[in-house]
Amino acid sequence: MAETVLSISHLTKRFDDQTILEDLSLDVREGEVVVIVGSSGCGKSTLLRCINALESIQGGEIRLRGEPIRQDSKNLPEMRRKVGMVFQNYELFPHLTVLDNILLAPVKAQKRSREEAREEALALLDRVGLKEKAGSYPRQLSGGQKQRVAIVRALIMHPEILLFDEVTAALDPEMVREVLDVIVSLADQGKTMLIVTHEMSFARAVADRIILLEDRRILEESTPEQFFTSPKTEQAKKFLQSFEFNRKNKAEA
Amino acid sequence: MDWAYIGKVLPLYGKAAWLTLRTGTAGILLAALVGLLSAAVLHWRVPVLRRITAAYVELSRNTPLLVQLFFIYYGLPKIGIKTNPEACGIIGLAFLGGGYMAEAFRSGIEAVDRIQEESALSLGLTRWQTFLHVILPQAMAISVPAFMANVVFLMKETSVFSAVSLMDLMFTAKDQIGLYYQTTESLFLLVSAYLLILLPLSLLGTFWERRLRHAGFGT
Amino acid sequence: MPDLGLEVLWKGKNFVRLLGGLWVALRISLIAAGISVAAGIILGILASRKHSVSSVILRIWLGIIHIMPQMVLLFLMYFGTTRAFGWNLSGETAAVIVFSLWGTAEMGDLVRGAVSSIPAIQRESAEALGLQPVQVYRWIILPQAVRRLIPLSINLITRMIKTTSLVTLIGVVEILKVAQQIIEANRKASPNAAFGVYLTIFVMYYLACRLLSLAAKRLEKHWR
Repeated sequence: MAETVLSISHLTKRFDDQTILEDLSLDVREGEVVVIVGSSGCGKSTLLRCINALESIQGGEIRLRGEPIRQDSKNLPEMRRKVGMVFQNYELFPHLTVLDNILLAPVKAQKRSREEAREEALALLDRVGLKEKAGSYPRQLSGGQKQRVAIVRALIMHPEILLFDEVTAALDPEMVREVLDVIVSLADQGKTMLIVTHEMSFARAVADRIILLEDRRILEESTPEQFFTSPKTEQAKKFLQSFEFNRKNKAEA
Repeated sequence: MDWAYIGKVLPLYGKAAWLTLRTGTAGILLAALVGLLSAAVLHWRVPVLRRITAAYVELSRNTPLLVQLFFIYYGLPKIGIKTNPEACGIIGLAFLGGGYMAEAFRSGIEAVDRIQEESALSLGLTRWQTFLHVILPQAMAISVPAFMANVVFLMKETSVFSAVSLMDLMFTAKDQIGLYYQTTESLFLLVSAYLLILLPLSLLGTFWERRLRHAGFGT
Repeated sequence: MPDLGLEVLWKGKNFVRLLGGLWVALRISLIAAGISVAAGIILGILASRKHSVSSVILRIWLGIIHIMPQMVLLFLMYFGTTRAFGWNLSGETAAVIVFSLWGTAEMGDLVRGAVSSIPAIQRESAEALGLQPVQVYRWIILPQAVRRLIPLSINLITRMIKTTSLVTLIGVVEILKVAQQIIEANRKASPNAAFGVYLTIFVMYYLACRLLSLAAKRLEKHWR
């Protein structure tokens, strides 16, 4: 069995007196693609933000290859470099070109040579079909293009794990595909990924393991086949039905 | 209009205008520096310093420059802090302007979305790198209109420097009116000199602001 | 403890005299503010129609006021009118005129902005109800504009109060002048009076402006 990359044990996250995540444990092994689903507000995004120490945690611990990630750790920037994160609204830096967006962290944070990083950036851009956009500014790109640049920006850091936080939620429907295709190809290359999404058919295709997050904890954990065809818990059935119901409604209308 | 007289005193006004421009520029540059540091302190919520900075901003913005100058020039020497007129003018302008600049930069920094900071941090940039490469460039662009308005405002404020016996434009005009009763010529020269300094500044501000408003990065 | 020259304040009527000086400054700004608000509302409403003559006048007026230091405007009014028209304005009158010209332009611009920001459909629906243009302004437009205006105009008055400190330079006996007189008169007895007296004025101005801007902030929050 492959080595464990990310290990979350007994994680508790609270905002003031509201508990978002409670005693949550989860391991992600090398090369594994784990997809987290759940109704909105269940804490999926918060979980990802905790892994990047963008949120403080109130209990438990998060380890990346055995090393703890905490908001107060001295080597936090160094740890964050090993975790790639892609946000819902891309969060490209509007004042930098596509290429400079990608190069900022490798050059400034990893102290890599600009030449070498540039070469890799262009190769990665080529792979997502955006080589000719290297000199453009974010506002000149479509949403789907921006998101692909954001993925490249995370990839160039050679992270141990990639986190995707509802990366297609802000996209127009016709652009969802181009972004999801990129993520599927990353899965084929054996990247370790933790994905939060509402796209069920994508989840089913890309996941090695599906996790249903509900009521502050992991409610169900299974293979995609099992999850979508014979869910174990009532809540999972209900969750899946909520999509079915929506579809029926659409068909009638 | 007595053109012969104007020709005779023109060098005098030239010297005075140069003094206004010199002290004004020095004061404004210092003010921008003070403002930037203050905005950074407020943004990072540095303990203790943050309270002092907030109090300073309040104090500088809620008192007239003339009163600040009188205090620096006549009051402070009594407790052993002496300045010459030119230094006093520059320090006073920096004290006043620092508060206004701090507000301009602070609102610029606040206008940058918090998730931009998080996105930079998540790439492994340090807080300082994030501030320098991601937040500041965006904040600066947002602050330009307020910054330029402050520059024009502060340059205008230099007109009270004569009160601490700096031989600036106001001082020269008043002096000439008192000595030779050449009121029309003196006022004409005074207004022209200020127009020469302020009009380009103001136009530059409008031009810059318009460029920013109608375009962003990359258009 | 060094001699801070604060004892001068409690000698005779010195403190009251300083307050009197502050009152002169406040009086100038309040009179000018009153004129500015009244004239500014009229000017602003007239100028709120795009491409009207009044909007052009307001723009030019604002341009002049914005580009020239207040000190220069005071000089022009104080010395210039004597030469040009033979008027012999007192410093205080000259100050009130300059501040009113300044305030009216700024206030006019604020009113123009506030009035233009109210959607045209508001006016149209009021006219559809059969209201006269004046009634539309009185009952529909102005009440909505006023909420945005009050904090902004308080801010303008605060700036005016700060600017009144300049009138000492055209010979008005206000707080700074009174201060100089007090310091001069007590030169022997309290050589350090300059520190204490100017510090006091500093604080007085601060309090006056701070209270006003706090009030403005309060109103702004209250009405948001």
